[in-house]
Amino acid sequence: MDYQAVLIGCSAGGVNALQIIFQSFLEDFPIPIIVVSHQNIHGKSFLADVLNYSSTLDVCECEEKTVPMANHIYTAPANYHLLIENNGSFSLNIDPKVSFCRPSIDVTFETAAEYYGQALLAVILTGANSDGSNGVRAVKAFGGTVIAQEPLTAEVATMPESAIQTGCVDYIYPLNDIAGKILELINKV
Amino acid sequence: MSEIENNISLENIEIELFLQTLKLCYGYDYNNYNFASFKRRMRALKNKVGVSSISEMIPILIHDKQFLETVIDGLSVTMTDMFRDPDVFLNLRNNIFPVLKSYPRIKLWVAGCATGEEVYSLAILLHEEKLLSRSMIYATDVNKKNLEIAESGIFSLDKVPDYTRNYQAAGGKASFSDYYHARYSNAIIPEYLRERVVFNHHNLAVDTCFGEMHLVMCRNVLIYFNTELQNKALNLFYDSLVRGGFLCLGTKESLRAFTQTDKFSTLSNYSRIYQKLSPDVIPLKEFD
Ligand SMILES: C[S@@+](CC[C@H](N)C(=O)[O-])C[C@H]1O[C@@H](n2cnc3c(N)ncnc32)[C@H](O)[C@@H]1O
Repeated sequence: MDYQAVLIGCSAGGVNALQIIFQSFLEDFPIPIIVVSHQNIHGKSFLADVLNYSSTLDVCECEEKTVPMANHIYTAPANYHLLIENNGSFSLNIDPKVSFCRPSIDVTFETAAEYYGQALLAVILTGANSDGSNGVRAVKAFGGTVIAQEPLTAEVATMPESAIQTGCVDYIYPLNDIAGKILELINKV
Repeated sequence: MSEIENNISLENIEIELFLQTLKLCYGYDYNNYNFASFKRRMRALKNKVGVSSISEMIPILIHDKQFLETVIDGLSVTMTDMFRDPDVFLNLRNNIFPVLKSYPRIKLWVAGCATGEEVYSLAILLHEEKLLSRSMIYATDVNKKNLEIAESGIFSLDKVPDYTRNYQAAGGKASFSDYYHARYSNAIIPEYLRERVVFNHHNLAVDTCFGEMHLVMCRNVLIYFNTELQNKALNLFYDSLVRGGFLCLGTKESLRAFTQTDKFSTLSNYSRIYQKLSPDVIPLKEFD
């Protein structure tokens, strides 16, 4: 399968987990990586800055109407839902919370599933709620591939556990092996 | 095509037909909204109405005028707060209001005002900077239900702790509790903050310019529009501003879609505050 995007959802404990995964991604990553992480903040967000520090790929916050590119990691801004439009560009909205969250992993996964279909590789990491589970169902329904973090290796197990319970997860891996699996699936090793 | 892909393309056709109906029967044009976002709201509307497909709402829309309001209300997103993004209000207070002070009469337009929280936030700031008595705030929205709520000046007391925190972060000079009367579970905005505000129905997709404004504030509305409609709205704002007037967009919005170049100078990248340029105006220095 030729994947066109990697989509990662996480919540509590997510920053550490993302840093561990991104350490293994050097320049020349052939497709964009899009991250939806819950952030409990009211002002400016520093998630992209923090991740940029520990990653060779360029990390930036999504801007609406732009189309994601290879060699880049995009983060969803705090307090906005991130959607993939039918032309592949990002859009943002401040619709009510979904699964008690904004950004909601479900919203991004569902719209991305519809746009990318089989070409989507979705990953659910550590987190303290079950946002992302409906998203995982959608990814599977449109033929995409889902990886969940092995809950025992998650700082908070609820999110990957809940995703796994949907029966729509293709692979379950400990945190340290997730980067390798992603690289394998996108034919980088 | 898989079954699910087939269902999605049928749903897209239903939405297109619904949009056509809305436009042909009532002149409301939602064609240039971001589709993925819009589709989620159409699905929510369908569930709220309790029908099993979007197309079932088309005959209701054609024959029942009352249904129109339910539709417009369901399609517009009202999420708003007082002093949302407090730094933006702080910036307006510290950097823009000193310029507004030089005008004998100040006209401000809040486009897409939803239920009015942003309008009253602006009124409080103007009051604290002693500008309210010579200001007029024109507040508009496409959703008439929103405008009625906005005009009533009533919001829920539950929101007070959040709004108090925002107000203080926006450089509030008094106590937030000075700006509402509590009655049962409601907080009511006092008359002196409301008398300088007029509410009007205005649709950025089809209506025209609103003249001679010193400040146009339109936040978290353009994110719902496609590039074409964003450009149209930005032209409307440009035409509505006096020379040297100010435009304030949402913190995740920009002038990217505006096809005219060199018409605005960027004053604050974070707060998305811009100034209309003209040869006889020296723009303000950029701030944070
Ligand atoms: C998310 S609210 C933003 C409220 C407020 N400006 C804020 O940022 O807190 C978006 C508002 O835009 C209004 N709106 C959507 N389309 C519009 C249009 N074409 N013309 C005018 N208002 C519109 C909606 O009715 C809604 O009240």
